Amino acid sequence: MKHIFMAALAVSVFAVPLWADEVRPDTSGWFENPAKLDQRGGEDIYRAVCAACHMPDGKGAQGAGMYPALAGNHNLEFADYPTHVVLNGLRAMPALGGQLDDAQIAEVVNYIRTSFGNSYVEDPATSDLVAASR
Amino acid sequence: MTFNAQGMSRRSLLSMIGTVAGSAVMYSAMTEMGLAQSSNWAGRPELRGAPKGTRILVLGAGLAGMTAAFELRNAGYEVKVLEYREKAGGRCWTLRGGDTYTELGGFEQKVEFEDGNYLNPGPWRIPSDHFAVLDYAKRFGVELEPFIQVNYNAYVHNTEAFEGKPQRFKEIDADFRGGVSELLAKVADQGKLDGLVSAEDAKILVSALKRYGALDENAAYVTGEDSSSHRGWSKAEGGGADGEPIPSEPHDLSTILNSDLWKSLTGGLHLHMQTTMFQPKGGMDMIAQGFEKQIKDLITYNAKVVKIRNTDDGVDVTWVPSDGAGAAVVESADYCICTIPFSVLGQIDHDFSARMSHIISTMPYASSTKVGLEFKRRFWEQDEHIYGGISYTNLPISQISYPSTGYFSDGPAVLLAAYSWGAYSYQFNALPPSERVAKALEYGAQIHPQYTEEFKTGVGVGWHRVPWTLGCFGLWNDREADYMEATKMDGRTLMAGEHISYLPAWQEGAILSALDAIKRLHATIIEN
Ligand SMILES: Cc1cc2nc3c(=O)[nH]c(=O)nc-3n(C[C@H](O)[C@H](O)[C@H](O)COP(=O)(O)OP(=O)(O)OC[C@H]3O[C@@H](n4cnc5c(N)ncnc54)[C@H](O)[C@@H]3O)c2cc1C
Ligand code: HEC
Repeated sequence: MKHIFMAALAVSVFAVPLWADEVRPDTSGWFENPAKLDQRGGEDIYRAVCAACHMPDGKGAQGAGMYPALAGNHNLEFADYPTHVVLNGLRAMPALGGQLDDAQIAEVVNYIRTSFGNSYVEDPATSDLVAASR
Repeated sequence: MTFNAQGMSRRSLLSMIGTVAGSAVMYSAMTEMGLAQSSNWAGRPELRGAPKGTRILVLGAGLAGMTAAFELRNAGYEVKVLEYREKAGGRCWTLRGGDTYTELGGFEQKVEFEDGNYLNPGPWRIPSDHFAVLDYAKRFGVELEPFIQVNYNAYVHNTEAFEGKPQRFKEIDADFRGGVSELLAKVADQGKLDGLVSAEDAKILVSALKRYGALDENAAYVTGEDSSSHRGWSKAEGGGADGEPIPSEPHDLSTILNSDLWKSLTGGLHLHMQTTMFQPKGGMDMIAQGFEKQIKDLITYNAKVVKIRNTDDGVDVTWVPSDGAGAAVVESADYCICTIPFSVLGQIDHDFSARMSHIISTMPYASSTKVGLEFKRRFWEQDEHIYGGISYTNLPISQISYPSTGYFSDGPAVLLAAYSWGAYSYQFNALPPSERVAKALEYGAQIHPQYTEEFKTGVGVGWHRVPWTLGCFGLWNDREADYMEATKMDGRTLMAGEHISYLPAWQEGAILSALDAIKRLHATIIEN
C-alpha cells in the first residue's frame, strides 16, 4: 500500500522539470527502516551506504579530509581486513556493524573485492566469518 | 557565600533570600545552588601579562579557532590562524542564493534561492542558556531574532497512524496529557496510591491533574470546554450571533499510545530546546562573520594543514594551498591550538603522543543530512496557519521546520525540508544532491500536498560529504576514559572544538572549549 502511494508520488514529482531529463537512481527498498540499512545484495548496499564516502565509482575523494579509493585497492586481497573495517570502523569511518547484519557485510565485502578493478574472488567473506569477527 | 540549607526546602530558602536581599543576591545564590547556570561560561576572559613576542598558531577558523584567536590576540599574543577554506566559520555556515557548494566527489550545487532566503546546513538555533555564544553575538553586533522551536499548530505525523494524516501538535499533546492525567487522577481517587503519597497529597494531585490535563470537574478527559480549551474546538470560538463554539472530540489514550506520536511531543522540553531560542537575522554565519571581522588579518585562507610536529621549544606546522597548486609552507610557533575536527586530524601526519593519537583515531563523526526547499509562496502560513516551529514525522525527512522570520510576506520562502540522522542519513548522503532534494520533495508532499505545485528549487547537504569535517559532530568511543586526556597539553598543542566539550554539536561547546584551552595555555605560559 505504502509502496503504491510512493510510486504514484514519484511520478508526479517527475513532472518537475528539474529532473525531467535525468535518470533517477533506483532507490526501491531504501529508507524503510530508521535504525538499519535494509538493502540486501552487495551492489545495493554499496550504492546506498558506502558510496556516500567511497563514491559511486569507488575512487574515494579528497578535501581537507579524504576517503580512500576502494578501486584497485590491494588491501582488499583478504576478506578479513575489509570485514573488520566495516564491522568496527576505522578512524573517520564509523562502525557499521550495528546497522548491517552478518550476511549483508559478507555481501558488500565480496562486492568491493570483485568490483572497481578488483578481482579477489578467492576465499569470499561469509556470514560465519563476519559473525566470528564480531 | 555558603548556605546551610538543611531543614529548609530549597525553594523556601530562595524565596527568603529573594525578599531580604534583592534579586542580585538571589541570582548568585541560585547560581551557587546549580539552578540558573547552564554552561561553564565564566564571563569574558581577562588574560594579563602575556610575554611579548609569544607566537601562537591556531589551526582551523571555525568558532573554536576564532574564539581562541580573538582572545589571545586581545591578550597581546602574536596569533596566526590557518584555515582550509576560502572563508571562516567552519560548520557555522549559511547557504544563500548565488552560492556554489561543491561536496566531496565533486558534486556541485548552485544555490538558486531568492535574495534574503537561506539554508543553515549546520547550526540553526541558539538556546537562551548558551551564554558564551550570546555574549559574542552581542559584542559583535550580530542581531538575533526568536527561533521558534515548538509550534502547537504544526504537525506530528506517522505514516502508520491516523491513516497517514498529519495531526496538529496541540491535539496530540493535549490528548496525551489529558489521557495520562485522567488515568492517574482515577488511580489517586480510588486510593490506589496509598503508601506512595499521603491522603492530602493525593487530593492536591487530583486538583493539579485537572488543571494540567484539562480534565473536567469529574476529573475526566472528555469532549467539552476543558479539553477543547487545550486541543482546539470543532467549531472555533467567534463573535456575534455565530460566536458559540462546538467542542472537539479527543482521541482516547490507547489511540495516542499506539500512534507513536507521543514520541514527537517532548523535543521542546529538552534543556537546550526550551523557549526562548534565537537565530541570527539573515543566517547563522552572521556569528562567524562577526568573529571574522575582528580577526580577518590573522587568518591565512586556503591553507590545508598536512603535517604537525612538536619541536623542543615549539610546534612546526606544514600547510599546502588547498587547491593543491603551490609549495608547502612551514609555520613555526611557540604553542598551538588545534581545532581541526578529529575525523580530519586523524588523517594528518602528526607526532602527538600515543594516547592522544589513539583518541583522535577513534572518533568518527556522526551522519546527518539537511535539505532546504524553496517554495513560491508560504502555503504553510497561508493555507495552514503554521508560523515557524517544527513538524515531526517518521518519514526519512524526520522533520520540517518553517521559517522563523518573514511571516506573512509574499513571495518565495525556504523550509528546512529534511533533517535526518542515522541510517536514513547514510542513504541521503549516498545520493547525488539533486536526488536528496527530489526525495525531500516526495516525502514532504505526504504532509503538505502543496509541495508539488509550489516547489521552486532546493539544496541538500550530506555532512559525511563535507570536505573539511567528514561528518556532523565527534562521536566518543569511550568518553569517560578519554575526555580528560584529550584536554591535556600534548607537546605544545592543546585541542579545542565542539568535540572537546560536554555540549557536543553545539556552538557553545566549541567556544567554551576554546576559552578553557586559552586560559590554561596562558597560565602555562605565565608560569614558565
Ligand atoms: C547538522 C548540524 C546541526 C547543528 N546544529 C546546531 C545548532 O542548532 N546550534 C548550535 O549551537 N550548534 C549546532 N551545531 C554544532 C556546531 O555547528 C558546532 O559545534 C560548531 O560550529 C563547531 O565549531 P568548531 O570550531 O569546533 O569546528 P568547525 O566549525 O568544524 O571548525 C573547524 C575548522 O577547521 C578547518 N579545517 C579542517 N581541516 C583543516 C586542515 N587540514 N587545515 C586547515 N583547516 C582545516 C575547517 O575548514 C573548519 O573551518 C550543528 C552542527 C551540525 C553539523
Ligand atoms: C562515513 C564515511 C564512510 C562510509 C559510509 C564508509 N566508509 Fe569505508 N572508509 C572511510 C574512511 C574515512 C576510511 C579510511 C580510514 C583511514 O584509513 O583513516 C575508510 C576505509 C575503508 C576501508 C579500508 C581501505 C584501506 O585501504 O585500508 C574499507 C575496506 C572500507 N572503508 C569499506 C567500506 C565499505 C564496504 C563501506 C560500506 C558498507 C564503507 N567503507 C562505508 C569512510 C567511510
